[in-house]
Amino acid sequence: MNGIRDRVAIIGMGCTNFGERWEANAADLMVEAAYEAYADAGIEPNEVQAAWLGTVSSFRTGQPLAEALKLDYIPITRVENACATATDAFRNASYAVAAGIYDIVLAVGVEKLKDSGFSGLAVPEAPGSDVTPPTPPPSQFAMAATRYFHQYDIPYAEGKHTLARIAAKNHHNGALNSRAHFRQEVSPEQAANAPMIAWPLGLFDCCGVSDGAAAAIITTPEIARSFRRDYVLVKALALSVGAFGALRSDWDFTHFPESVRAGQSAYQEAGIANPRAELDLAMVHDCFTITELIIYEDLGFSPRGRGSDDVAAGTFTLEGELPVNTDGGLKCFGHPIGASGIRMIYEVYKQLQGKAEARQLKKADLGLTHNLGGRPGSFTCSVAIFGAAE
Amino acid sequence: MAVAAALDCLRDRDRSAVDGLFFASTTAPYAEKQGAAIIATALDLRRDIFTADITDVLRAGTTALKSALDAVAAGSANQVLVVAADSRQGPPRSETERNAGDGAAAFLVGREGVIAELAGSHSLTENMLDNWRSAGDSFVRSWEDRFAAEEGLERIVPEALAGFLDKHQYRPQDFARVALYGPDARRQGRLARRLGFQPEQVQDPLFGRLGSAGAAFAPLLLVGALEEAQPGQLLLTISYGDGSDLLAFRTTESLPDTSGAPPGCGGLAGHLAARRTLESYETYARWRELWTTDDAARRPAPASPSVSALWREADKNLRLYAGQCNGCGYVQYPAQRVCVNCRARDDCAAVRLSDRPGEVFTYSMDYIAGAVDTPLVVSVVDFQGGGRILCMMTDRELAEVRVGMPVTMSFRKLRVVNGIHNYYWKAIPRRFGDE
Repeated sequence: MNGIRDRVAIIGMGCTNFGERWEANAADLMVEAAYEAYADAGIEPNEVQAAWLGTVSSFRTGQPLAEALKLDYIPITRVENACATATDAFRNASYAVAAGIYDIVLAVGVEKLKDSGFSGLAVPEAPGSDVTPPTPPPSQFAMAATRYFHQYDIPYAEGKHTLARIAAKNHHNGALNSRAHFRQEVSPEQAANAPMIAWPLGLFDCCGVSDGAAAAIITTPEIARSFRRDYVLVKALALSVGAFGALRSDWDFTHFPESVRAGQSAYQEAGIANPRAELDLAMVHDCFTITELIIYEDLGFSPRGRGSDDVAAGTFTLEGELPVNTDGGLKCFGHPIGASGIRMIYEVYKQLQGKAEARQLKKADLGLTHNLGGRPGSFTCSVAIFGAAE
Repeated sequence: MAVAAALDCLRDRDRSAVDGLFFASTTAPYAEKQGAAIIATALDLRRDIFTADITDVLRAGTTALKSALDAVAAGSANQVLVVAADSRQGPPRSETERNAGDGAAAFLVGREGVIAELAGSHSLTENMLDNWRSAGDSFVRSWEDRFAAEEGLERIVPEALAGFLDKHQYRPQDFARVALYGPDARRQGRLARRLGFQPEQVQDPLFGRLGSAGAAFAPLLLVGALEEAQPGQLLLTISYGDGSDLLAFRTTESLPDTSGAPPGCGGLAGHLAARRTLESYETYARWRELWTTDDAARRPAPASPSVSALWREADKNLRLYAGQCNGCGYVQYPAQRVCVNCRARDDCAAVRLSDRPGEVFTYSMDYIAGAVDTPLVVSVVDFQGGGRILCMMTDRELAEVRVGMPVTMSFRKLRVVNGIHNYYWKAIPRRFGDE
């Protein structure tokens, strides 16, 4: 196995403002993201040889991307893999380039969620017996929080405070980001005392439901050099799909094996031995604050059960040892499901190029993105790692 | 409720010995489709049994009991389970709403280990429009109460009792306890006096705590009488509705000598003691769909369940079967084709989880997922002996919910969509039985 490390590069990216984009439909969002990426790369639309469109519920095929962008009868594949959709679209696009099939390809993630008429996620399901309890995502992850507090003997108020500090950190980062859905600071006290959504998770423990799109232009490192010096190299693309957790009575709900496995496989591919020391930033799937806390441990940033200590020490803030979710994360940048993975790559790309404005980190050469799709016990998890051009 | 009462009755008994099931109710879920079949499946009874719904009249409970006694006496069955359950609704703020209660009672009728044997019966049938509900009506209708009492209950029951006493040469004072139907406390008390029973003979009718439980009412009071009876006593149950059924029983030496339900069962006394008072009429109105409240999340209404999926999943959803791997012994719910532990293919045996005690492994209390039972407690339950299920918890006080909480499974209606009553199991706090 050769792996993907250093075999493909990103030469252009785009990302729309995320939020309640009442004025825009999914096609509008794709146009915004793709044309920003074209301009960033300095390519013409007709240079794109193939495209991958990630969307969970906005479209059924890749054709709407062709229609929106007037692509010239090129192959387009729609990818759907829950919250890992966009990263998986990016992954498949990268593999096509690495395989030598195409020189320049486009990966777009999009989701238009705010036409449903209600808060929360509408997930269309196949007809079935309908006896599974109604467990929207907050409830699913709340069960992880309940168990986390129990297993590590963390008093409720203390556990809530840890989660609140994660929310406050991501709100702080989001407030610095002009494209983020939520741009106000929130204090840990406000977050801890917010109305309950699914106990023990309150309003500020939950991420936004947003509209948005993001796009990436992928090519080989050789071609990338002819476009720009600050292209970004793909170091690893890992995907782990869970099959056991939900069916086993010995699974603990306090670690997500899919994250552990995808992390390990990505670190191996990228040649990373000590992720906490070697990574400069990580964009992880903070659909809920408890998820981010557990991810610290699953990806090896914090020892098991000790994520709270690192939260208290400020390890993951913009000024900390390993900044996490520098753009506000799902929590504040927002979460248009099929776009989120490429949005994370966008932030890493901009940080690696030194173009992250007020959020710019002093040192940003190696960054990670992580998505969790599905529910605790049966995740689809993607981890990707990116490095600055030599 | 019918399943809950039947489970309470069958606890630790061999369910494969049951040859028949009669379900009595005026409020069966379907106008066309058998309720007894749903109950028999949830109870995991054999398939080669005789089942029937006995419906449409307040005395259906005693009619079912009499039919079961007849079937056993005739030798067409050795054991017949009788379940009477009712959940009648009067218009909001009506007399019926105030006086009615919901309940279920179950009896196992057989030849062996008999705790009370039939000691006479009598029935009278008279067509009477005092209470009625037509197809499509949500609420029970009734005529002016004095007419209903004077020309209905208080004329027909005395006539039926006279016939019964005359037929069997009993006197009113022969009965230690009388389980007597009545629509409300006043009418029931007046009827008892008119029938010639002393107050101490009349089984506590539970008005103010339960209410008149429709077709299940006289059977429920008979359960109460049995729980309090001594061996060798005569008990009488009297129902009413388009006539009246009277059934007398003589308790035997097999009657447990302790009062109350047998160990491990809730019985009437146990269930009454475990009852919980709703905080408001609003809560009741939401449960009964008298009020449709705005669901904060405003999610779209659920689509119809797929009937073919319901059929295919009967073992999983109704019998609550898990699979136990024949190779490694691992218990997994739902049952898997490929073992989650050892990957053996198509080699697992069914194990029933519905009567296994469980413990809460983790839970959440969801304020947005449901509009009625808020917050919706979603729980992950681990069963003794293995197996884990994700299910809702109900009948709970929020303060008692915790990791490690002992629970038991309860058969519940999740919702009605497309006229399909979709049933599944929920966890409830374990209030009876071991530990």
